Amino acid sequence: MKLRYFAWVRERVGKAEEDIDVPSGVATVGELITWLSGRGEEYAYAFDNPKVIRAAIDKTHVKPQASIATASEIAFFPPMTGG
Amino acid sequence: MTVTVRIQREPFDAAVEAKKLSGGRTDVGALVTFTGICRGNEGSEPIAALTLEHYPDMAEAEIERHVAEATGRWPLLGVTVIHRHGRIPPGEDIMMVATASSHREAAFAAAEFLMDYLKTRAPFWKQVEKADGKVWVEAKATDDAAAGRWAAPGKKHEAAE
Repeated sequence: MKLRYFAWVRERVGKAEEDIDVPSGVATVGELITWLSGRGEEYAYAFDNPKVIRAAIDKTHVKPQASIATASEIAFFPPMTGG
Repeated sequence: MTVTVRIQREPFDAAVEAKKLSGGRTDVGALVTFTGICRGNEGSEPIAALTLEHYPDMAEAEIERHVAEATGRWPLLGVTVIHRHGRIPPGEDIMMVATASSHREAAFAAAEFLMDYLKTRAPFWKQVEKADGKVWVEAKATDDAAAGRWAAPGKKHEAAE
């Protein structure tokens, strides 16, 4: 599964994207954030306030409860400031 | 119905782009254009530039979704949204929304709706460049509130959460 990071989430994780194998017990976006936080200090720092993290699965906004079962690309980013 | 959604690095000419929605036709009675411009300050501090990061492909797809919702809600004859990314100095246009309709109510409402949705849902992130470095701009609660007022009665606004 491809993960992408933007803005300060990208800066804290230290990379813009990566391909990872997500363990079968991780079913939702929220659970993925928890699992990622345990992968290393940089991830814990990026996700230390999960409430401000937004996510998109295959380029569509999703909520934390969304299932990741059929996702090919999941992106994590802060609240948007375009416009 | 003419729909144009462009994400680009280069500057654009808002007047020229807007006129494309009414040029050569006589059914457009109302043309509304909004331009978002880079200010020279953030809060009370001067800035050297804004830098916009974006999620390619998703930015276009998300704005196209907003436009589809707008054309479903209002009788529009044309919509153009252009949004830049990259480094933008003060005084330059960052983005524009233009809406065309027979009468003004739809054109005004759709333009405001598109701006309120874009502010909270289009995947762009701004950094301000100050003398001592770059700082990420924080999203505003007032933008979420503005987007929320367009929700259909009984439905909560889906502020991408």
